[in-house]
Amino acid sequence: MAAFLELRGVTKKFGDFTALNDVSLEIRRGEIFSLLGPSGCGKTTLLRVCAGFEQPDAGRVILDGHDITDLPPNRRRLNTIFQSYALFPHLTVRENIAFGLRVARRPAAEIKREVGQTLALMQLEEHADKRPALLSGGQKQRVAVARALINKPEILLLDEPLAALDLKLRQRMLVELDNIHDEVGITFIFVTHDQGEAMSISDRIAVMHEGRVEQIGTAAEIYEAPRTSFVAAFIGDTNFFDGQVLGPDTNPDYCQLAIEGFTDIISFNDKRLPTGQLAHLSIRPEKFRISRNPPPPDPFLNRISGTVEEIIYQGTHTNFWVRAGEYRVAVRQPHSRFKLDQEIITWKDAVWLSWHADDGCMLEQYRADDESLLSLPDPDDAHPAPGGTTGTTPPAASGRQRGIAT
Amino acid sequence: MRRSRFPLIVCILGMLFFYLPILVLIVNSFNASRFSTVWGGFSLKWYALLFQQDDVWHALRNTMLIAVSATTVSMVLGTLAAFALHRFHSRLQDAHYTLVYTPLVMPDILMGIGLLLFFAALRIPLGLGTIFIAHVTFCVSYVAMVVLARLQDFDFSIVEAAQDLGAGPWTILWRILLPLLAPGILAGGLLAFSLSVDDFVITFFVSGPGSTTLPIKIYSMIKYGKPPLINALSTLILCVTFLLIWVSQRLREKRA
Repeated sequence: MAAFLELRGVTKKFGDFTALNDVSLEIRRGEIFSLLGPSGCGKTTLLRVCAGFEQPDAGRVILDGHDITDLPPNRRRLNTIFQSYALFPHLTVRENIAFGLRVARRPAAEIKREVGQTLALMQLEEHADKRPALLSGGQKQRVAVARALINKPEILLLDEPLAALDLKLRQRMLVELDNIHDEVGITFIFVTHDQGEAMSISDRIAVMHEGRVEQIGTAAEIYEAPRTSFVAAFIGDTNFFDGQVLGPDTNPDYCQLAIEGFTDIISFNDKRLPTGQLAHLSIRPEKFRISRNPPPPDPFLNRISGTVEEIIYQGTHTNFWVRAGEYRVAVRQPHSRFKLDQEIITWKDAVWLSWHADDGCMLEQYRADDESLLSLPDPDDAHPAPGGTTGTTPPAASGRQRGIAT
Repeated sequence: MRRSRFPLIVCILGMLFFYLPILVLIVNSFNASRFSTVWGGFSLKWYALLFQQDDVWHALRNTMLIAVSATTVSMVLGTLAAFALHRFHSRLQDAHYTLVYTPLVMPDILMGIGLLLFFAALRIPLGLGTIFIAHVTFCVSYVAMVVLARLQDFDFSIVEAAQDLGAGPWTILWRILLPLLAPGILAGGLLAFSLSVDDFVITFFVSGPGSTTLPIKIYSMIKYGKPPLINALSTLILCVTFLLIWVSQRLREKRA
């Protein structure tokens, strides 16, 4: 499908700070496209470039085949939902919603009809004559959505629209936004730092980091097949392993991988990394199976042995930290009747970890810094290693802790 | 528990300190005696006499003329200055800020002498015109500072929202900025108005023959021995002031 909104090589600098670094992406008509990333990654700047509030230093913004880079915001058929909602405090809800139509000098009768319809659609009729200051957070947000949608924009830009709401309301508004999207069918660009929000609402997600787009894909694609260590670590949790491609397996989609301390590791090699290439393998904690007995042999099943160092019971699942060679592996196991019948795994137990070759993902790009993004608790915080950097251990660490003797 | 009487006593003493002089002034305006130390019986004669003093009414007219015109002009200029100061940050704007800020801290007497020398150097005849210019120079600063303070709390994302909804610069000015900043601009204007009505020192330097304002008139009345008239005049001014405060409070209650 052809691009509806296209960004070509957009760069934006604020002084010495590069907010956007040569960003190119294509957004399709009718989809919910999320810009996801930590604060300062450039996602809001990107949205503001689309809306016209920021002029890019380089690059073009093309909407439906027309270059809109130089158009001021009031002449772009895009509307924005601001993080603070930015409702006009001196106007009533009705006047707020009517603002766009009034500015466009539409006939009074038409404005009245359209505003009435929109108030009904957003269930705001009983608040129509209130000032924004008297509304709750959720109501304010509905007014902001109504005020933008009444102009029938080509694209609705949403800048962290749920950030100001409490958790329960956030989930409800997320569903509501999704329903609105289904109803009006216009394209949404949704900026968020919350991976849960992005994954549940988006058709596609662009993960951004330091002014660049790291990966674009569906929620499942970016979770299951991250391309970079940043994406792997920012979306959910993972373990990183350093390896080297030994050679292709009998099946060319797979390769043998040398990881220090482990034997016979096989991994899905969709990127067709050549023999000898250094590779970083990312394996999510829930992809492992933990057991006391060796798992049954299977050519696609990798297995490593280790010792349980930490167990954290979390209700829906249990997190294990398993020492395997020089790695400390984070493992997440759901609970089930089947498991409970077995003898419960406890501290210092020797265990087997196994995972399917398809469940590991070889990264194209790896940066050691990204490991600090992992959010699984690090047992070292509680039990600092003797002679180690006590107290200054980063609050989050990965499954790999080099240099600590076992 | 018995509550201490101390706060109440302090409060009463404070009120007496502030309002006793004014009370004495009001009482004396109805005193038939020429001397404030002697009560000569109730009389309205000073008020009657006051209404025959054409020069007082002339001074009042001058004061109002200058206050209204200087306030109006400085509301426009001050608001524009505040916008420039808020919007742009450069070395030029730093200088601009200092320039706007200086009249607030500079002693009036310096302003007065400076303006007098300036007008003299340019051979501008002193009169209502020079008083007007002098008042605008300091009123602008007060308006600019009040509006600037409002702008610093102003959520400019609503300006972006208006732009986003299709509003051009003029629509934003009339529909968004002015309605929202009106209270700030008005507050600055009121401050400027009261300062202008009140000003003695600067006006004293730059006024010329026939351009006497009320404060200067009052001063000369004290000097040439008509204190009871001043009592009557002051009482009237006080009444008007209270009336204005009462009206503005009523208006505010209605809006809320």
